[in-house]
Amino acid sequence: MTEQLYYQDVAVGGEITPMVKQPTTMQLVMWVGASGDYNPIHYDKDFAQSRGLSGVIVPGQLIGAFLGQLMTDWIGEQGALRKLSCSYKGMSYPGEAVTCKGKVTKKYVQNGEHFVECSLWAENPKGEKTASGKAMVILPSRG
Amino acid sequence: MAKASSDIEKLKSKIGVEWQPREYEIEREMIRRFARAVGDPNPLWQDGAIAPPTFILAIGFEHFVDDLMFLVPFNTVLMGGTELECYQPIRLGDVITTIFKISNLRERQGKMGRMAFMTFDSSYMNQKRELVAKCRQMIIGY
Repeated sequence: MTEQLYYQDVAVGGEITPMVKQPTTMQLVMWVGASGDYNPIHYDKDFAQSRGLSGVIVPGQLIGAFLGQLMTDWIGEQGALRKLSCSYKGMSYPGEAVTCKGKVTKKYVQNGEHFVECSLWAENPKGEKTASGKAMVILPSRG
Repeated sequence: MAKASSDIEKLKSKIGVEWQPREYEIEREMIRRFARAVGDPNPLWQDGAIAPPTFILAIGFEHFVDDLMFLVPFNTVLMGGTELECYQPIRLGDVITTIFKISNLRERQGKMGRMAFMTFDSSYMNQKRELVAKCRQMIIGY
């Protein structure tokens, strides 16, 4: 496991190391089974096309889960993800890379807890944002 | 939207009303399968004792969609956005009670006909009656 991140290590404007995901149709099926989101637009191409989509699409909530992973990887075992929001702006398709990125927007101490807020987003291979959101985390403090 | 507007009216009349609570016992394989599906190798969830925060999205989702589609048989639904608040981690053996409600609904003409833009709020309580998480989902039905 990577080294624990502390509140003092974080600077406003600092970037979170990007994470690249390569969702496949198999991953979509795994997600469908694990999440209970059985909507056929995630595994049945004919169905997806009959509903106006160009093919099966990566579930928005899976992108949300990717952004959650970006944060839990970053904050380490002693950090806590308190809030995560994500709005799905464009379609992602299996076979296309999803690059998850984030930036620190705010840090503050409140009631003895050390909060950090970040803006998060996911990009497709063209560099377009397919999802964007925010996170609020609590980090441990040195001393 | 090919749906009878009476179905939409029925759903509108439920704004603010809590749906029937449902209970879910959190099992080890549910957590491990979720982490594998996300492709999340974080050692914290590998033994299935603690769930990643976004695991909440999976708790009761299937029954929630069933309940929604029973009320309004949309041709399909798309997720518009998610807002999650986590107060404590979900652990193996927890029994989580979910309560969903619709808190907003507006209709708009879209390229696939009439579309319903819905906001749902859900809460997640553990076996000690502690609120462990809240979630808001924006869902588009057509």
